[in-house]
Amino acid sequence: MSTEPTPSGATGLRVEARTRLGDVALEIALSVGAGECLALAGPSGAGKTSVLRTVAGLLRPEAGRVTCGDEVWLDTAAGVDRAPERRRCGYLFQEYALFGHLSAWRNVAYGLHEAPQGEREPRARALLERFGLAQRADARPGTLSGGERQRVALARALARRPYALLLDEPLSALDARTRAAAARELGGVLRDTGVPVLLVTHDFAEAALLGDRVAIMDGGRLLQEGTASALAARPASAFVADFTGAVVLTGEARHGPDGVTVVALDGGGEVTALEGDAGPAAVSVYPWEIALARPGETAHDSARNHLDVEVLSVTAVGTRVRVGLAAPQPLTAELSEASARALGLERGGRAVASFKAAATRVLPR
Amino acid sequence: MSGAGRGWFAVALAVALGAVLTFLTLPIVAIFLQQPPRDLIAALGEDGALDALWLSLQTTATALALILLAGTPAAYLLATHHFRGRAAVITLIELPLVLPPAVAGIALLAAVGPATLLGRAAADAGLELSLATAGVVVALTFVAAPFYLRQAVSAFEAVDPTLLDASRTLGASPARTWWRVAIPTALPGLVAGTALALGRALGEFGATLMFAGSFQGVTQTVPLAIYDRFATDFTAALALSAVLVAVSAGILLSVKLVRGPDPLRG
Repeated sequence: MSTEPTPSGATGLRVEARTRLGDVALEIALSVGAGECLALAGPSGAGKTSVLRTVAGLLRPEAGRVTCGDEVWLDTAAGVDRAPERRRCGYLFQEYALFGHLSAWRNVAYGLHEAPQGEREPRARALLERFGLAQRADARPGTLSGGERQRVALARALARRPYALLLDEPLSALDARTRAAAARELGGVLRDTGVPVLLVTHDFAEAALLGDRVAIMDGGRLLQEGTASALAARPASAFVADFTGAVVLTGEARHGPDGVTVVALDGGGEVTALEGDAGPAAVSVYPWEIALARPGETAHDSARNHLDVEVLSVTAVGTRVRVGLAAPQPLTAELSEASARALGLERGGRAVASFKAAATRVLPR
Repeated sequence: MSGAGRGWFAVALAVALGAVLTFLTLPIVAIFLQQPPRDLIAALGEDGALDALWLSLQTTATALALILLAGTPAAYLLATHHFRGRAAVITLIELPLVLPPAVAGIALLAAVGPATLLGRAAADAGLELSLATAGVVVALTFVAAPFYLRQAVSAFEAVDPTLLDASRTLGASPARTWWRVAIPTALPGLVAGTALALGRALGEFGATLMFAGSFQGVTQTVPLAIYDRFATDFTAALALSAVLVAVSAGILLSVKLVRGPDPLRG
């Protein structure tokens, strides 16, 4: 086998799989272009990791087809099922799965066993150097920090020049401080690989940060696929809205004057949206689109929706303040520290929450 | 509790430890104190003693090689595949562990003894088992293998399956994964199992005596030689015992070095 491959994955990765995983029926179809990163986002148990394992050949679905470029890795109908070692996937495992009995450079060189003996060590060391780990090349994984382990594992996954890169929660094992730097670095690596990248995360923010496209997954199915901003702007369901970080209120929608949709909220209150169908509905709005004012005042005149709310909690998150509200349905507003202070918000106090009709999305429930 | 009460309890614990230590070490120390070391070494120079030592070394090494060669892959299969009847297979493998040695000897005679089909077939093929050195190896393998297998299965079970998956995605075949990842990761447990099997094989007495007999230079291993001599030449029996003590202590020590402070646990 050639050790200097031209990635035949240049035309991308296609995955179709249908199988049972315990209680969940997995049924997905997706494709990732060369040099593109598709982030599979969803709660745990959604079947995200099973998709990666299917691509890598570690899980054989009841029915499915996996192709990478012009190579067929799996075709249950045709009886094709290539062994994992013949699929050439770079797989970054959630806890990194470094070999504890091998030094960092030997971990990286492990995937280079088809290369000539003399090339393995220099290539492994060069790769580690690229990840800023030249000094740690002889260290055992047990003595590396979380961030260093992540980079060794990434270097190891890339060492074979994979045709597709699979990343399972690449940042979740890191502490908050390391995560930002690791995310920046990973973003750079993903742009450089030129192969299809399939990334799994339970965090929509992470998916938005690293994925060119995001696919929201739940209960073994893909619910919606698109750019992160498109998903946030036009979630197709309450689940997607909730997952992307929006506040979701329930109520009954009806058609209002001038083509708007008016939703009578469960528990009281009414909001207007520019579009939406009549019937039981979920209303989603993002916390940063909600402005607060003292009772009797309104924050900005252009907003059409005003709800009388009670303040339940005030929590500082960095330079922002998250305010938990009862409308009486739970609602969260996010404001700057300065405006929170100016309002004198405190627990048990009352306020008016305002948001624009254009920022209000009505979804069928 | 009062300080005096605690003092009383601490003394009781120390006394118990002292009693255990004395009881367990005194006989072993006595082996070396009964006769001057010079006499022990001289007794070892005797022909029969050296024959027994050499035979024990050969048969134990051969048995251990067979156990490692077949036992390691078998243990890996049992640890990584959950097929139907696996629990029954494991129980069958562990059975010789609780079998009295005399029963093991009888069982071997019944299975591959000179009067059996298998025994005759082996003899026809040039492999004389009963009353022959090969028979000793069979007996040692039979009684010692379960000690290794048990340890090896649990050592392989403790290997994180993600490591094996990672190896596969890095281009390694199942066989290469086994050799380069599973075995090195499970090594401390495998070494401990080897030591247990080695100790059991080296001390094997009952099954060997019944199945292979006790012929000097052919089937008389060190434990059999000790038994053979203790009525007639106690010094020679002591000398051979001293050698076994030294070898056993060496095994224990080397396992401690490989495995860290708690070698034979689990």
